[in-house]
Amino acid sequence: MTDIHVSDFRPLQRRSDVHGISRPSLSYWEDAWIRLKANKRAIVSLYLVVALLFFTLLGPLIWTVDPGLQDLDQISQPPGTDRSAEIVADYIAWDGVDPSAGSGARVIDVPTTQVVRLKWDSLPGANGHRVYRNLFPVGNEFAYGIPVGEYFDNAIDFHEDRLDLKPGRYFYSIVALAADGSVTQTYQTVEVDVVRVTTLSEAREQGLIQTDSDLQIGDSINLSAHPLGTDYLGRDMLSRLMAGAQVSLSIGIGAPLFFVFFGVVFGSVAGFIGGKVDQFMMRFADFVVALPFLLFMILFKIAFGIGPGESGIMPMLIALVLLMWPATARLVRGQILQIREQAYVQASQLLGAKTNYLIFRHMLPNTLGVVLVTLTFEIPKAIFVEAFLSFIGMGVAPPTPSWGSMSNEGIKTMLTTPHELIFPAVFISITVLAFNLLGDGLRDALDARMRNQE
Amino acid sequence: MGWYIFKRLIQGIITVWFIATATFFAMHSVPGDPLLNDRAVTPAIRANLEAKYGLDQPLLTQYVIYLGNLSRGDFGISFTQENRQVNDIIREHFPVSAILGILAVLFAALGGVLWGSLTALYRNRLPDYIIMFLVILGISVPSFVVAALSQYSLVTLNNAVGQTLLPVAGWGTILHMLVPAMVLGLSTMAYLTRLMRSSMLEVINSDFVRTAKSKGLPPARIFTRHQVRNAILPVITVLGPQIAVITTGGFVVEIVFAIPGLGRFFVEAVQQLDYTVIMGTTVFYGAFLVFMVIVVDVLYGFIDPRVRLK
Amino acid sequence: MEPWVILAGYAFSLMKFQSYDSQRGQAGLGEEKMEHREQSFTSSAAKQLALYAFYTMVALAVIMYMLSIAAGRTGSTASGVAVDPDNNSITIALRQEPPQLDHVRATDSSSIIVLSHSMEGLIAYNDAGSLIPGMAERWEIREDGATFWIREEARWSDGVPVTAHDFVFSWRRAVDPATAAEYSFILYPIVNAEEINQGNLPPQTLGVRAVNDRVLEVDFNQPTPYFDKLVAFITYFPTREDFFNNTEGRYGADADMMLANGPYIVTEWTHSASMTWEKNPYYWNDEKGFLDTINVGYITEDVNAKLNLFKDGQISDTHLVAPMLGSAMEQRWQIDRSMDGTVFFLQLNFREDRITANKNFRKALQYAQDPVEFVYKALKEPSYLPAVSLFPYWIRGVDDSFRKEYPPPEHEFNVAKAREHLELARQELGIEEFPPLVILADDSPIGSISSEYYQATFTKNLGLEIRIDKQIFKQRLAKMTAGDFDIVVSGWGPDYDDALTFGDLFASWNLNNRGRYASEAMDEQIRIAQSELDPLRRMEAFAEIQRIVHEDVVMIPMYERGWSFVVDPRLKGFKRRAVGPEVDYNFAYIETGEE
Repeated sequence: MTDIHVSDFRPLQRRSDVHGISRPSLSYWEDAWIRLKANKRAIVSLYLVVALLFFTLLGPLIWTVDPGLQDLDQISQPPGTDRSAEIVADYIAWDGVDPSAGSGARVIDVPTTQVVRLKWDSLPGANGHRVYRNLFPVGNEFAYGIPVGEYFDNAIDFHEDRLDLKPGRYFYSIVALAADGSVTQTYQTVEVDVVRVTTLSEAREQGLIQTDSDLQIGDSINLSAHPLGTDYLGRDMLSRLMAGAQVSLSIGIGAPLFFVFFGVVFGSVAGFIGGKVDQFMMRFADFVVALPFLLFMILFKIAFGIGPGESGIMPMLIALVLLMWPATARLVRGQILQIREQAYVQASQLLGAKTNYLIFRHMLPNTLGVVLVTLTFEIPKAIFVEAFLSFIGMGVAPPTPSWGSMSNEGIKTMLTTPHELIFPAVFISITVLAFNLLGDGLRDALDARMRNQE
Repeated sequence: MGWYIFKRLIQGIITVWFIATATFFAMHSVPGDPLLNDRAVTPAIRANLEAKYGLDQPLLTQYVIYLGNLSRGDFGISFTQENRQVNDIIREHFPVSAILGILAVLFAALGGVLWGSLTALYRNRLPDYIIMFLVILGISVPSFVVAALSQYSLVTLNNAVGQTLLPVAGWGTILHMLVPAMVLGLSTMAYLTRLMRSSMLEVINSDFVRTAKSKGLPPARIFTRHQVRNAILPVITVLGPQIAVITTGGFVVEIVFAIPGLGRFFVEAVQQLDYTVIMGTTVFYGAFLVFMVIVVDVLYGFIDPRVRLK
Repeated sequence: MEPWVILAGYAFSLMKFQSYDSQRGQAGLGEEKMEHREQSFTSSAAKQLALYAFYTMVALAVIMYMLSIAAGRTGSTASGVAVDPDNNSITIALRQEPPQLDHVRATDSSSIIVLSHSMEGLIAYNDAGSLIPGMAERWEIREDGATFWIREEARWSDGVPVTAHDFVFSWRRAVDPATAAEYSFILYPIVNAEEINQGNLPPQTLGVRAVNDRVLEVDFNQPTPYFDKLVAFITYFPTREDFFNNTEGRYGADADMMLANGPYIVTEWTHSASMTWEKNPYYWNDEKGFLDTINVGYITEDVNAKLNLFKDGQISDTHLVAPMLGSAMEQRWQIDRSMDGTVFFLQLNFREDRITANKNFRKALQYAQDPVEFVYKALKEPSYLPAVSLFPYWIRGVDDSFRKEYPPPEHEFNVAKAREHLELARQELGIEEFPPLVILADDSPIGSISSEYYQATFTKNLGLEIRIDKQIFKQRLAKMTAGDFDIVVSGWGPDYDDALTFGDLFASWNLNNRGRYASEAMDEQIRIAQSELDPLRRMEAFAEIQRIVHEDVVMIPMYERGWSFVVDPRLKGFKRRAVGPEVDYNFAYIETGEE
């Protein structure tokens, strides 16, 4: 047995790596970020959200077309339409004289998108004539097309069609009317190829040519470009989508920001004070929750009213904030109540921490994760509410565009010009989807207990 | 237990009073005049109309009268449907919305559980991708677009077949309800599918399932007794609030499919500023929801012993 | 029920599979590879799931069946076919639920449609829209009054004769302020009507009396040459006193609270959902009411839903809006057109504090816009006409159409002139910058397009700042009444087939003149138009009104509304009208084909 002596021992040399932490220290947020990055869907969604914000904020700086400018030469134009047009003189009314003195149903002058001039000889047995326009030949069903003009007087034998003319082929029919004004099966058809034209004044209006330009009647010109086409008043879809994004997103993101903030304040005050005050405050929140949401949304929306020239964003924001805060308030209160019982908070309290310190140092930062997740999930809801209100005609006021009101307009023309519905609807869908998936990702990343198992 | 129910009922009544008050004052603060119409009327007629609807009284008196009538369950006479009691309107049109809502909830709940379990079973395989893609569409496309598109495809279908398989609008038979109810339940179904899927995935990896498997229990039994039964719980919990969303959210479907429900009535009443109908519908819906929640809570207490009613 | 059978068979086979699987599960599965086991677990679970799906489907079917019965009790759409030659019936859709069907208080187009089929006045319209004898077999209109002789075979739908007393009762009720009928003003030509309506005289003092059961005497305040056209309007229809009293204030509220004297009887009315009109066996005129049943299967304002119903063969007719025309051509439908009667215009505010009170400013607005471009480019409706006058083109003059006899002043679209007038207005008003102008509009789609188009036009051509004020129906009316606008997008529809229904709109005393236009010259012409017996002098007064409206820019015409519509080719005699009911099935019949 060897004796162990004190001298056998000597102090260990101080080494820095003993108490050090072998891995880099990760804060809660850094940890969450790493987890979020591992979630592919969430990251793609995050990129989408960033892209949407770019589209909304920087888009109008790059694509500077005025969203309110009406290009009446290009109404409801799908994207990628040929835009070359010939310049013609301003429209002058026609007195119905045919310089060539032809006969039968015929076209006078070159048929253009400005005007198609038709002349005919009175049909046998007619008590007046109706002028029809069709995209197809008449055929056996006597489907003449759309009635564009009607004359109960046989003396009138000419018609000027200016109704929404598009370049392409039309079949015009002159149909004899019976004595009681009904349509007969006596008709003459004329086939017309319409060419796209514009006028000098219109081209100047659209900023296509300078005032000192030497372009003349008969020259060809390219009409203004609309990458995503135009709407029913010839307004540029792309710039309207950008302007609409500003409206939809300022409601969709703005409102949740406000009401989540309010909910946080309300909930944390209630949770922190506790007791009677808490009871009272939460009872009030219960009342607000009990209000039928959509009904009150509509009611508030019209109660706040939209003044002349206003966009109507504010009333919608206020109504949303008034009705949607209690969910966050409840959530935050629950969190605060939980955290209040935590040991570290009690320790901090014993160490003499002030109320402010407790709230801002311990409570709020620890609820931030939950709040962030809620915020992300409330955004798609708010965007849908905006779209819904637009659908029932209580959305933003014209001429302000929003994605909701644009899709609502687009639904009416769904079959003929689907692009007017598809673009705004796709933007709504992408936004809603991106925020939903981002919310999922955030929830998984921020709160281990709420995590999806995958 | 009795005391608890009593307390909840009292709370419910106070809540309804709050809703009624909020509706009353929100509505009276709407600018505009419910008695105006296209053709202007003489002051004498106007005075008569005002007296008929009690609009000649000061606002607070109107409020008191209104509360009095409300406590007797009388919502008054409609401004636009001049001969009809609001009570009659609700009695005739709420069942329509309710039936549509019930069906939509059924579709949503059953569909949600079914698709959710299916996607969990086949996770990351073709059925999962297909269903989840549809779910994503259900979540992200606005309901009025879905409604309009489905009505249009219905017409196209009927035309292609050459006869009316399903009516494109209207109300009355089960065939009228199918498509509107599906459209109405779509977003909820999508939501429940996602919920069911993640909840199933959680359960699949749980210890008791592993135990059951190692015990050699038949798979079908494990699946139903252990997996679905446990995974379905969170779905049931969120069903309550979703029912509320569906029954009050039928506006779009009712408008697009020409269904005579209460939601469509409300939208029209707001545009016409029909005071009594607006108040009647809102208070009725509010009360309906409040008491539904109470009923659900009480039932939970009976069903699930873990929920103790205090 | 075939799908159910197939499903049941499938489920049965699943059950068999399941038992096989579970047996296999018990027999030493452990030897197989894990992966394999997972797969078999999945497939057997999936089969179980399919089984459950089947059970729930069955349960769902049962529940749906029960719900279907419940829905049947809520009352619902009569699901008929558009045109049914076997039962001689058709199915139609109404745009809106009639608020109530008391003809004295009805104001909206849906009520007018129903009442024009279930009731008839002293004078009625024929299929060409001209006046023909109705309940009265003949009549006489004098300077101081009129006499109507009621036909002997006139019957209510319960077989009781229609008498002159029914008219007296109805007309007294219409002017009684207690009834609060909005259309009471239409009886003002009758002695004391206005005084009674203002509550100064009892209803019994109304200048109308039943000489006997079949002779009705009316006294006029002043000569009323157009009284025959007035009595064709619904407010002038009869009400039977004993029936009315039995309804205890619910007259016209339900199908059994109505009494018909027209070609059809409203036999069923499920509110907001459907109605049934059946042929009235007691109706006297066999030139009207050829169908046995008209089902109002749907009540919906949604034009897309109506188009889909028509395409699906569920309703006999529907109107088309501009975006639908393309697909209508593709369907190879025969598209028809008609005028609606309503003229739309920008009404201007003449209250003193408004810039629009300045004539040069109004002239500037007038020159700066082109209704032709608005109708053809912005609205794109083929049946709409660009408006040029207060009077629509179908108004009758002395012998021919009024507009042919008295062509309206020509409108000139001239931006340069507009700017000159604007400059003059600026000097007259002594201001540097014009304050922003408010365009008030309703929340309909056309209201939006109109306000957006005119906003862009006035901004582009005059450099004015225009603010759109879009409001729901009642709010817009409140703002119009209060004068809280500069320009309001509005329309005026005819109540009766005479130029006066438009002509007196801008009388200084007319409550509907919401811009408060007032001029001596205008009022004088309106007084002539109201009481002049000589048709020529009367029409000249209207021509003068037409000129003043243009010259003084009382309003800026936008368009005359029309309808593009499609009708099932088997249904003949269907009419859309400018005056009276918007859609008219009184003369409609089904063409059976082989004859």
